[in-house]
Amino acid sequence: MAPVTLVAENGQTEPENLDHSPLAIRGMTVSYGQKPVVFSVDATIQEGSMTAIIGPNGAGKSTLLKAALGILRPLSGHVSVFGRPLATQRHRIAYVPQRASVDWDFPTTVLDVVLMGLSRELGLVGWIKGHHKSRAIECLTRVGMEDFADRQIGQLSGGQQQRVFLARALAQGADLYLLDEPFAGVDAATEKAIIAVLKTLKEQGKTVVAVHHDLATVADYFDRVFLLNTRKIAEGTVAEAFTAKTLNAAYGGRLATAQIDQLTLTG
Amino acid sequence: MSGAEFVPLSLPPILIGVFAAIACALPGNFLVLRRQALIGDAISHVVLPGIVVAFLITGTVSTWPMMIGAALAAFVAVILIEAIRRLGRIEPGAAMGVVFTAMFAGGVLLLERSDTSSVHLDVEHALMGNLESLIWLDAFGWSSLFDLEALAGLPDELPRIFVTMLGVIAFIWLFWRPLKISTFDEGFAQVMGMPTNALGLALVAVSALAAVAAFDAVGSIIVIAMFICPPAAARLVTDRLGRQVGWSALFAALSAVLGYVLAGYGPIWLGGQDSVSAAGMIATVSGLILAIAALFGPCRRGGRA
Repeated sequence: MAPVTLVAENGQTEPENLDHSPLAIRGMTVSYGQKPVVFSVDATIQEGSMTAIIGPNGAGKSTLLKAALGILRPLSGHVSVFGRPLATQRHRIAYVPQRASVDWDFPTTVLDVVLMGLSRELGLVGWIKGHHKSRAIECLTRVGMEDFADRQIGQLSGGQQQRVFLARALAQGADLYLLDEPFAGVDAATEKAIIAVLKTLKEQGKTVVAVHHDLATVADYFDRVFLLNTRKIAEGTVAEAFTAKTLNAAYGGRLATAQIDQLTLTG
Repeated sequence: MSGAEFVPLSLPPILIGVFAAIACALPGNFLVLRRQALIGDAISHVVLPGIVVAFLITGTVSTWPMMIGAALAAFVAVILIEAIRRLGRIEPGAAMGVVFTAMFAGGVLLLERSDTSSVHLDVEHALMGNLESLIWLDAFGWSSLFDLEALAGLPDELPRIFVTMLGVIAFIWLFWRPLKISTFDEGFAQVMGMPTNALGLALVAVSALAAVAAFDAVGSIIVIAMFICPPAAARLVTDRLGRQVGWSALFAALSAVLGYVLAGYGPIWLGGQDSVSAAGMIATVSGLILAIAALFGPCRRGGRA
């Protein structure tokens, strides 16, 4: 039996087998009106990795994520999730939109929002039972928000709202977590709490992809980087893709050389 | 007031008012939360030319031609709005505003130029309905409610609006979870695999159905008021969507009953002679309920970060 396995392993030409990639994007082009925001982008997310999607403002980071998830309709492009079409793998995906994309004045409670993460399992008219609630509370506990379960969501701070969104994603019990700017406008304690949860997910073998803004924390938080500026600039481990050269290519004159040196040195 | 007077003269209009108000207020909750509250307004205006054209073709004001005409008008309006938005590159709100005012104006002109004197169809009717005239002549007391022969003489509008209300309730009950999730966070709902576009369209269609059914009994004033006032007031008294929808139905029913009674008897109590328009009074009461909720509601917030 052993030689057979060996042959099979040798048969893999690439270390990253496409069939196993939690999220593989090919030839993705998205435009608003005439102007392409994302142009012909390929991306292969590695299973069990924590990948930061970085790039300057307007580089198309959120757009790429939304198009990959079918929220936006791309002009062209192909997406596979765990080697299969997206539609068959939705139960394995948890998406955390930008906090500012929803109306937090919506009449609902923290617990209710987390329970939304269970709606695939609850179905159209399934009753919410005690064990659903206790699972939702458990997810809130993981982000340190269990004491706020009955609050209306508009009464929370920005950081607390972001944690609730993360708890909702946890409730989905997914294998692939896609987060759009999870650290935007949150306090330091929340940032720490969120990154701790994400690192735990990675330890459990889950895959995490986050649109990220703060270049100073890239090397601390993530193990892989996808650098985007309408086109793909670089993709790989932090050491490979997060270099002075790639950053210069992505940000152009927007980052001072001294800044880049500092970022990549600490990395 | 005795049952012999109340049951034939006041009960049917009050019930029609209550059912129409609830049928519009329930989908109104979602429309208001989706910032689409004006859709109810738009629909209740665009159906007028449809109803007039249906009358001109069939020569009667019977139910089905009116409903079909109204539905076709709503369909034409949706296409026009989309065409203006795309060809003129105008934002959807403005395109909607242009279409519904133009179509309503067209309906008014059509109505003026055509001979509708023989039937109950005029501009006043379109605005305020004919709630007071929906009486039940076969009834002569509470006992008539159990008399099948008498029940057959109920105004057509009553069973029609009742069934519409039940349909609206069934839709919202069945699609409660996806409606709620896609209203709160559309992107998340889409990734979960919910058909958010179809759901949004279905919500507008159900609202249109409620508006058209209510329009011919109670007029466009009530329709517009009921899509917005009870849900907006309900939002101010609770922070839970389920309770909000319940409160909105209660406020809608309260507006209808109180408005009808005040319109009929208020002026007389004040020493006057005539009653005032029930539709106008019902809409006014719903506005007053909203004002009271805005002043004293426990869940109002101003300028909270």
